[in-house]
Amino acid sequence: MVADLIESVAKIVFIFSINLGFFAPILGWVERKQSAVMQDRIGANRANIGKFTIIGLFHPIADAVKVLTKEDFVPAGANKFFHTLAPFICLVPAIATFSVIPFGGQYELFGHHVNLVIADLDVGILFVFALTSLATFGVVLAGWSSRSNWSLLGGLRASAQMLSYEVAMGLAIIGIIMVFGTLKLSEIGAMQENFLHWGIFIQPLGFILFFTCAVAENKRVPFDVPEAESELVAGYFTEYSGLKFVMFWMSEFLEIVTISGILTTLFLGAWHIPFVTDAMLLSFFQFAGPNGATILAMLVNIATFFAKVIFFIWLQMTIRWTLPRFRYDQVMRLCWKMILPLSLINISITGLVLLLWIK
Amino acid sequence: MSEYIHVLIMLVLAAATAGGMLVATSLIGPKKSFIDKMEPFECGESPIVSPKLRFSVKFYLVALFFVIFDIEAVYAYPWAVLFKELGLFGFIEMMIFLTILAIGLIYVWRRGALEWDR
Repeated sequence: MVADLIESVAKIVFIFSINLGFFAPILGWVERKQSAVMQDRIGANRANIGKFTIIGLFHPIADAVKVLTKEDFVPAGANKFFHTLAPFICLVPAIATFSVIPFGGQYELFGHHVNLVIADLDVGILFVFALTSLATFGVVLAGWSSRSNWSLLGGLRASAQMLSYEVAMGLAIIGIIMVFGTLKLSEIGAMQENFLHWGIFIQPLGFILFFTCAVAENKRVPFDVPEAESELVAGYFTEYSGLKFVMFWMSEFLEIVTISGILTTLFLGAWHIPFVTDAMLLSFFQFAGPNGATILAMLVNIATFFAKVIFFIWLQMTIRWTLPRFRYDQVMRLCWKMILPLSLINISITGLVLLLWIK
Repeated sequence: MSEYIHVLIMLVLAAATAGGMLVATSLIGPKKSFIDKMEPFECGESPIVSPKLRFSVKFYLVALFFVIFDIEAVYAYPWAVLFKELGLFGFIEMMIFLTILAIGLIYVWRRGALEWDR
């Protein structure tokens, strides 16, 4: 009982600190620095303590101090309650979704069973979809309650785009569920121990479709029409300032992390290293004794998982600074006329192949 | 059941974080208000059009399609989990279901409801 409690607290503290303490602040810096590198500029490098700038890593701290001292602005005629509620609705699911993503396997440590996921739900994937779709409400509320033309247009665009891509995302993932036969993310991760059983090899089309939908659902470039800065100023968060603005910005970054975690779990072998099974890892660390070997294997698995997450974050950032923005009709056409039919075809083909495979 | 308690703890912590940020931003920072500043942003001009005007019916259509197609996607989930046990029978049943879904999509497509530039 006490061991269970320690395990739960440790997992929650770990995920909370790595998401809010590491990923959320650092991604703002990563985005600026990567754009600078890709565009041959110097980039964020001015914030300093004394003579130390450490490649601009003080910028997140400087930004935090700056936004804390900004005025909390609500425009005249705006609905103050909903204007305040909108960033709240955006941020809460963004933080909580990561609780169902396994960041490591299952271990026996000091006679105690350790399962490296905060909540190992039977309906893991459905829970992720349920929470991420809540963010739509926050965005639409933000656009509607600001009483600004730019915000309303951004909110409208976001509503139609996020609804459309939610359908496509739900259908794109059915193929991989058929293959693994479960919605539990920890089981899906455990089934990909063999390198050739990674989701990306079993469901290449499903991976491409799901990745596209995930980027679009997250309103990232090239699908960032709801916040298109050259057309709509800043879209649905035009009228936000101070920490409320930061809450939208943080929820976007945390959604990138969550999406990368789901992509890793479903398609990129979760916490497994290619060609290395759990048993091989344990026997490799045998010199440290049974418990020491388990701890070392656990750390290696966690590091592998987050390395893959960081790879997907890098991929999304690279896409962000490589592709131009789509027109709105192109965004909607891609969803309803390309991704939706393709995911239906993907389901049929997966079913046919599985049927012939079993027989 | 205990797994859902963890989800609840995460939700409470997330709500506390978000709520704390909202309280912090309303306490810290200057508060100076005058009429010109409180206007919604409009590139330096006074807003001449109220944002509460009518907008394209396309957005309502997309919301309707979402309800229809998303519910059909939800039906596919339990089928996908049990696919290997259901075998050929389940596959044929689902193909009939998906065909009806595809006919719906083709109908919507042919009626031009998916065209945004018209």
